Amino acid sequence: MKAVKTESIQIDIQHLTRAEGHGNIVVDFDNGELNECALEIVEAPRFFEALLRGKPYQQASHIASRICGICAVTHATASLRACENALGIVPSPQTTQLRKLNILGEMLDSHILHVYMLVAPDLLDVKSIVPLASSAPELVLRALKMKKLAGDLCQVVGGRHTHPISMVPGGFTHYPAGESLSDLHDRLVDLRQEMDATVDTFQDLRFPEFENETEYLALHAKGEYCFIDGEIVSSDGGAWPIEKYQEVTNESVVHHSTAKHSRNQRRSYMVGALARFNLNYTDLHPKARSAASALDLKPKCVNPYLNTVAQIVEMVHCVEEAIAILAQMTPDGNAVELPVVPRRASGEGVGACEAPRGTLYHHYVIQDEAITFANCITPTAQNLANIEEDMRLLVPQFCDRDKETLSHYLEMLVRAYDPCISCSTHALEVRFV
Amino acid sequence: MKKPLPKVAFFDFTGCEGCQLTVLDALQTHPDLLSAVEIVEFREAMSEKTDAYDVAFIEGSCTRVSDETRLRCIRERSKIVVALGACAHTGGVNAMRNNHIIDDLKRVVYEEASDHFEAHHTRPISEVILIDAFIPGCPIDRGEFVQAIKALCMGTMPVIPDYPICLECKLHENACLLQQGKACLGPITRAGCGALCPSLGIGCEGCRGTIPNPNLEALEMIFSEKHCAPHELRSMLSLFLTHTLNPKEVLAHESS
Repeated sequence: MKAVKTESIQIDIQHLTRAEGHGNIVVDFDNGELNECALEIVEAPRFFEALLRGKPYQQASHIASRICGICAVTHATASLRACENALGIVPSPQTTQLRKLNILGEMLDSHILHVYMLVAPDLLDVKSIVPLASSAPELVLRALKMKKLAGDLCQVVGGRHTHPISMVPGGFTHYPAGESLSDLHDRLVDLRQEMDATVDTFQDLRFPEFENETEYLALHAKGEYCFIDGEIVSSDGGAWPIEKYQEVTNESVVHHSTAKHSRNQRRSYMVGALARFNLNYTDLHPKARSAASALDLKPKCVNPYLNTVAQIVEMVHCVEEAIAILAQMTPDGNAVELPVVPRRASGEGVGACEAPRGTLYHHYVIQDEAITFANCITPTAQNLANIEEDMRLLVPQFCDRDKETLSHYLEMLVRAYDPCISCSTHALEVRFV
Repeated sequence: MKKPLPKVAFFDFTGCEGCQLTVLDALQTHPDLLSAVEIVEFREAMSEKTDAYDVAFIEGSCTRVSDETRLRCIRERSKIVVALGACAHTGGVNAMRNNHIIDDLKRVVYEEASDHFEAHHTRPISEVILIDAFIPGCPIDRGEFVQAIKALCMGTMPVIPDYPICLECKLHENACLLQQGKACLGPITRAGCGALCPSLGIGCEGCRGTIPNPNLEALEMIFSEKHCAPHELRSMLSLFLTHTLNPKEVLAHESS
């Protein structure tokens, strides 16, 4: 322990607010010794992997989407890709584009929620977005307008904002009306103003200065900023096909915390917007890259607090990519295609997607159309070890501040990862004594 | 003198928080709601906290002993308690675990570490505390939530339909999915969503709970007449209706 401060600090933040799911932050720093430093996961276990067993594969994506209300579309998509890979289903290019559109909508929605409603109050020194409604109404109205459009995008494609309905293995059961696609296109073009204003707003806000270089992992595919399929790449070098995800995630029970943690080539790694930005920067839309330079974000960035800034850059990218896909679809609308029929009734497959918080894996074994094994690795579960590594480095660095400031920095750190705790069904309830 | 606004709070138990997100959606489309009520607690979106509520909306199921204490505490502090969404109302997808031995599930997911944490069978919150109203669905319907807030502000209770989805499907002039041999729980499921899933070509999965006195035998007959496999019906009924259809089994497990 390199810290020299003699002061003792005990922090116990129960049920962290402005985060998805339930988590506690516990720190015990005594005479320069860090006795304890943990993010406790107190969300009740959900058992989705066990519950998927025995279910017909056709129901899997609808069950999987219920893992999380915020990243329902990504869970559904990864689940569908796992079933499709298991059963030899190759979806049509139109299906792939529609799914991508749905994921872009969810990415945008989730990032807006995180950036404006969960993080911005910290930077503007208020407790929530509610007081901002009177002190900075233009900011709140802008956030609400952007979020509404992102939700509408998901609703038009998947049939509902939260928990998509019409996405099924092999395709869609329903296609959006041509006019709703062109309406979305036009509204997204208008939204560029709000995106510019977002970049302007956050240019002036200060994030804590803190660096902790780690291994960054994300999906990567040639010629696109990858959100679905692709291969796994690492900032430490190396690439893995998604079927080999377990070699990368290496989930294990860590005895000091009893929470499952992931490690690849170091003690921990990071997934999410900052990891994608660091690894796939050149694939970002040119407008997103100019937003990054306006926000002074350059790869490789190693300040985890700036994950939020990487999310803003991705928001610009999502708006531009959605506009491009919709422009391609709008002249004639979608062709009505029947879902592709499976080639076999049994098999094993992995589906991988970039959820707003990082890489998400679903892995199924299917026998006679029923799921016999399911594994699901969520981004938050992968990030837990890295969050704790950051906390361990941060506490001694900032221990000369008062307890309130340090607590606030820790809360902001955890929030920066945008943890989706309902999602991390894998993480055990942790109890420290 | 201006009447104080009703104090409204949101609490979450075991669930995906998708219903709370739908509440945020409702605030986007109906920002005037914020001038009709005062939101005093909403962990997912706010750091502020308070101790007394006119209306408490509870999302999620009761799956731990510790949840019971928290639920009773909320009940004591609230004039009106509303179950928000399928997990709170019927146990939702969480109740699927009630068809399994919990220790087996723990071992499947957490292997040798499974003894480190607490998990029980799933119960809707109405089995732990008295509730005054519910807003069904997975997730809740945005319009229905707005209507419920309006009703509560006027001192009445939200009106939730007790007729089946089939009626709404007919109003939409949808071709019947059961007639096409596709599994659908429309005949026994509570309406109010506008037959959303069947309108998009997906059979109703029963997320809004059953109508009073659902006729399961008749549904089984329709399924077999239309050549839907019986295991398809069983599997579909287990998605959201496990607890509704087997509440006694849970109690037997809990007391053993």
